[in-house]
Amino acid sequence: MANVIKLSAADLSGLLSDRSVSSVEVTQAHLDRIDAIDTGVHAFLHVAGEAALAAAARIDARRAAGEVLGPLAGVPIAIKDVLATIDMPSTAGSKILEGWIPPYDATVVRRVRDAGLIPLGKTNMDEFAMGSSTEFSAYGPTHNPWDFDRIPGGSGGGSAAAVSSFEAPLALGSDTGGSIRQPAAVTGSVGVKPTYGGVSRYGSIALASSLDQVGPVTRTVLDAALLHDVIGGHDPLDSTSLTDTWPSMAAAARAGLADGALKGVRVGVVTELNGDGFQSGVSQRFTETLALLAAAGAEIVEVSAPNFEYAIAAYYLILPAEASSNLARFDSVRFGIRVNPEDGPLTSERVMAATRDAGFGPEVKRRIILGTYALSAGYYDAYYGSAQKVRTLIQRDFEAAFAKVDVLVSPSAPTTAFKFGEKMADPMAMYLNDVTTIPANLAGIPGMSLPMGLAPEDGLPVGLQIMAPAKMDARLYSFGAAVEALLEASWGRTLLSQAPELAPKAMSAGTASTSTEGAV
Amino acid sequence: MSEITAEQVAHLANLARIDLSAEEITRLTTELGQIVDSVAKVAEVATPDVPATSHPMPLTNVFRADTVVPSLTVEQALSGAPDRDGDKFRVPAILDEE
Repeated sequence: MANVIKLSAADLSGLLSDRSVSSVEVTQAHLDRIDAIDTGVHAFLHVAGEAALAAAARIDARRAAGEVLGPLAGVPIAIKDVLATIDMPSTAGSKILEGWIPPYDATVVRRVRDAGLIPLGKTNMDEFAMGSSTEFSAYGPTHNPWDFDRIPGGSGGGSAAAVSSFEAPLALGSDTGGSIRQPAAVTGSVGVKPTYGGVSRYGSIALASSLDQVGPVTRTVLDAALLHDVIGGHDPLDSTSLTDTWPSMAAAARAGLADGALKGVRVGVVTELNGDGFQSGVSQRFTETLALLAAAGAEIVEVSAPNFEYAIAAYYLILPAEASSNLARFDSVRFGIRVNPEDGPLTSERVMAATRDAGFGPEVKRRIILGTYALSAGYYDAYYGSAQKVRTLIQRDFEAAFAKVDVLVSPSAPTTAFKFGEKMADPMAMYLNDVTTIPANLAGIPGMSLPMGLAPEDGLPVGLQIMAPAKMDARLYSFGAAVEALLEASWGRTLLSQAPELAPKAMSAGTASTSTEGAV
Repeated sequence: MSEITAEQVAHLANLARIDLSAEEITRLTTELGQIVDSVAKVAEVATPDVPATSHPMPLTNVFRADTVVPSLTVEQALSGAPDRDGDKFRVPAILDEE
């Protein structure tokens, strides 16, 4: 058997369904890979080896009994720790939830299990998904498989690192301002933020409820589409879930591989999302990709989105405001840790304040205080109210752009993976990293990142962001699959085939901590 | 140019129920000032004629059928509690005795 960990989920699907490989073999191969390299990568906060092998054996038995299973049955998957899992700790990267095992599964986790996928474990993330580097995880950062001294992006750095280091073919992520797309860009993988409401948020530990969206993290566009088909669709348990009937994203991705799929597609280049502040190698790969698209028959149109300039400002008012409200639930009563104050009377309020001081890290405290300020009487209209108006203006910019073009493109992130510590001292510098991804969240539209090359100056992955109108997720997959095929044909290989081979147990992450089954 | 004071940050921390140390309050006062200066630019384009958007894909009247469905058991609901007393969450005193 060829090295199964290098195969896409779509290829594994074929081998599993004709029984040339078993789910137990595939699962064991990925657990072995995790065991060999995750000390260095630290993508996982928890690995559920025994449960994964048991689930894999059940799938193999059902298949052996002649049952016809879904396309991803038996394929392993890693789950971002922001998602509630009934059999694994769910900490959202925070000390305040250390060891918490939820009494229910998130809807997306339930759907993944029902479709026969095999959960391998929970992946690392910035605490409560606040960050762009995983440096704000309470359990130590994840290391970029391309260079262990660099960030894997965030907040979903664990999921992106898991797929790009071949520890899992698929992962689940969540994207509030770029937490799926930016990690995909800096690790050379694929990530999709679906249309807001297209995938259930039930059981996703809330950061900013009007921005959060769960989505697929993979190595290929088709794999993302296959996973999207499993997790998407209406969920009565999420009152913001759309009731639309969705087309097959996998069929859309396959349609993108047909000859001439790019012919006549109108591709909008957002003026405001390139140029000043973008690393030269990022801009260079973007320009080259546009040339390839034009040569394949796409029509490249420059479009302006003048209000994108205000997107980061609006986002860093709306997000903290919603987060400060959502995180009020961590009150030391119903779940999570409880810490008593060192002195003075033990009242509920004082215990809650001591618990939140001990349980929340610096970025979470910063955003809660900022959100509390933005929502204060006397400031509400000037800050939160104005930010909501900017949201309208950004939606209008998108509407105007999509009146002229079918898809919008930009680099997924302004730079390649930066080094640990580079932006920790300056919160605004970290926030500016999200400039490209935030507009889609503010408008609720779908976005994808896929690899478009390595920056010549540092040899690190660069991502292409594609955006489509709301509910047009299928268009992302058709266009994305076509671009992916075009780029890979021009390279003669996949981008990830150029990633460094990771030596087993080569490095120690030092402060990293991973729980194993049972040890919570 | 920031108007954020340490007293204000201490007050916000109290409202948000987080015991911040004096050191954290000092650091946050500076950082918050810088962040607020930067995000205040939203006011430049937020003119009175622009309506506010609170939700990207607005839905109205989202109801479910009024039928009883299984929910968490008492044991499940209490499973993550830091302290319990029988079938109840146990909490410290609500009021200070003073």
